[in-house]
Amino acid sequence: MSILVNKDTKILVQGLTGKTGTFHTEQALAYYGTKMVGGIHPKKGGETWSSGVDGTALPIFASVAEAKERTGADATVIYVPPAGAADAIIEAIEAEVPFITCITEGIPVMDMVRVKAKLDKSKSRLLGPNCPGVLTPEECKIGIMPGSIFRKGSVGIVSRSGTLTYEAVFQTSNEGLGQTTAVGIGGDPVKGTEFIDMLEMFLADEATQSIIMIGEIGGSAEEEAAQFLIDEAKKGRKKPMAGFIAGRTAPKGRTMGHAGAVVSGGKGDAESKIAAMEAAGIKVSPSPARLGKTLVEVLKG
Amino acid sequence: MNIHEYQAKALLKGYGAPVAEGVAILKVEEAEAAAKQLPGPLYVVKSQIHAGGRGKGKFKELGPDAKGGVRLAKSIEEVVAHAKDMLGNTLVTAQTGDAGKQVNRLYIEDGADIERELYCSLLVDRSVGQVAFVVSTEGGMDIEAVAHDTPEKIHTIAIDPVTGVTADDVAKISKALELSGAAAEDAKALFPALYTAFGEKDMALLEVNPLIVMKDGHLRVLDAKMSFDGNALFRHDDVKALRDETEEDSKEIEASKWDLAYVALDGNIGCMVNGAGLAMATMDIIKLYGKEPANFCDVGGGAGKEKVAAAFKIITADPKVEGILVNIFGGIMRCDVIAEGVVAAVQEVGLKVPLVVRLEGTNVELGKKILNESGLAITAADDLDDAAKKIVAAIKA
Repeated sequence: MSILVNKDTKILVQGLTGKTGTFHTEQALAYYGTKMVGGIHPKKGGETWSSGVDGTALPIFASVAEAKERTGADATVIYVPPAGAADAIIEAIEAEVPFITCITEGIPVMDMVRVKAKLDKSKSRLLGPNCPGVLTPEECKIGIMPGSIFRKGSVGIVSRSGTLTYEAVFQTSNEGLGQTTAVGIGGDPVKGTEFIDMLEMFLADEATQSIIMIGEIGGSAEEEAAQFLIDEAKKGRKKPMAGFIAGRTAPKGRTMGHAGAVVSGGKGDAESKIAAMEAAGIKVSPSPARLGKTLVEVLKG
Repeated sequence: MNIHEYQAKALLKGYGAPVAEGVAILKVEEAEAAAKQLPGPLYVVKSQIHAGGRGKGKFKELGPDAKGGVRLAKSIEEVVAHAKDMLGNTLVTAQTGDAGKQVNRLYIEDGADIERELYCSLLVDRSVGQVAFVVSTEGGMDIEAVAHDTPEKIHTIAIDPVTGVTADDVAKISKALELSGAAAEDAKALFPALYTAFGEKDMALLEVNPLIVMKDGHLRVLDAKMSFDGNALFRHDDVKALRDETEEDSKEIEASKWDLAYVALDGNIGCMVNGAGLAMATMDIIKLYGKEPANFCDVGGGAGKEKVAAAFKIITADPKVEGILVNIFGGIMRCDVIAEGVVAAVQEVGLKVPLVVRLEGTNVELGKKILNESGLAITAADDLDDAAKKIVAAIKA
């Protein structure tokens, strides 16, 4: 099993015709035949996109609503540049696409406040923005994660950082554990999916036998996730977990690359997150190079 | 991006917020004319630097008994004397670090009779994804200390973006600040105005500390700190024009021209990494092995060879840097592009310090081949742990 996506997920691409959208759609098609079913471009409806790698052709539609109707898609991935990305998400919400992933980095926060208000009243789940997407090994790849480092297995991975997700995937592959699904929830302060949503799914997924959670400075999502895990453990729902928090050495008040990675107003520092996670039974590795080994130690007990 | 107090106040005035009359000056000779434009007889002379704690700050060049970075004056002569004392000197505050900041601009303002000092800020509350007012009756002091010592005195009121600030929201804020009479009337215009300004200008933080109730019962914005969402500057040319580059680190300005996420730090191991999380984690692992990073640098996912070379040059130009760690986990970023960028930069500016490179992910073999065939003195590392150990060992040697 897996969470969010599997071999049957049918995916649209908003921003397919651009350079980034084209490259990653080619990569997705090449990854165990991920079911990409069409693209959206307001002025190119009726045209056809074709992969430069193997010639696979995809229809282009003028709107998300039309594309969903014609293809039966249940997911969309957004590669639209920052200035138009919020409107692209809202179009997908209004078309009632169940699962929306937004890869775009650099969307103004106030635009995401507007998106969040729409999202809260909708039937859709949004992953991101500013995230690497989601990948279920040997089944489905949405977004930009490198497929070659994955291995089908038992670890669920959730992270605020793209490249640290790759570290966790790579290290668990090297340890022979493999992954059920890896999810990057993104580095922006206002986003669609939080740790708690993914932890709930991993706890419910039978194939997921252990979990790696990677957080970073800024906000209080890790603390809230830790409290959620403590509450679930009381109900008897618990899985072995390892974790990491990036930004122990980051200076206060400075934004570290990710718009959401900033310690401000005395909140969001690494130490309080690590303490909260450890209190919830997560073994937090001091080194980002020991994520896989730390999880193996937890599993050995 | 941050701006100065006088710029923030001018911006708020445009939204109808009550601010004092004031004039910004760059030279001592302008002080007298500036003060003459104000009603008097009480004036305030305020250092304009991008850091808080100015009132309690001390000037390096003046004695320990000299007054701080915000001074009262009871005559025009006194204004001029303060301007002479402050302009060009270095103000050290709790937020500037020991080096302090040179005061290049002063703001001369009409004085106010203060009855009460309050705190009011707006920010995006990420737990609800809405803009929120954070208010407290404990104004004029360090709000972090208030939050730590008396958290019950801080109130957060989140605003529904669909409705904006409602009469009910204003009532909640006013109650939290214990406003009555003229101040409560002023509040009905002020809080919606602050919210509108925050949203329309894509601010990241708007802090009014203190917001004062004057002896006449009215509200006034006595100080204002404003920072903007860097991702939204593309639609605000008016805000971009307020940028004061003398307040920023020259390496960070150069990096911003290349759209690099770069933060200058105090250590001596330079880092170049792809991805913000991995870049922070690389700093952390350097510290874990007993050294300090000289910078945070995320070259991003879509960087070309030229951008990589620019990042490498910024890092090597930092005189504190005694060794460099390049850590790349290629996803969108291809290892061969990184390798080409590093080689190009080294060929142009030379390499005077040890360089450890760890490459993993997309096109890793090609990347390693380019580095090996370059003939440069580069130490290859197998993984992140190995890389951190090798660079720490290299600069200790």
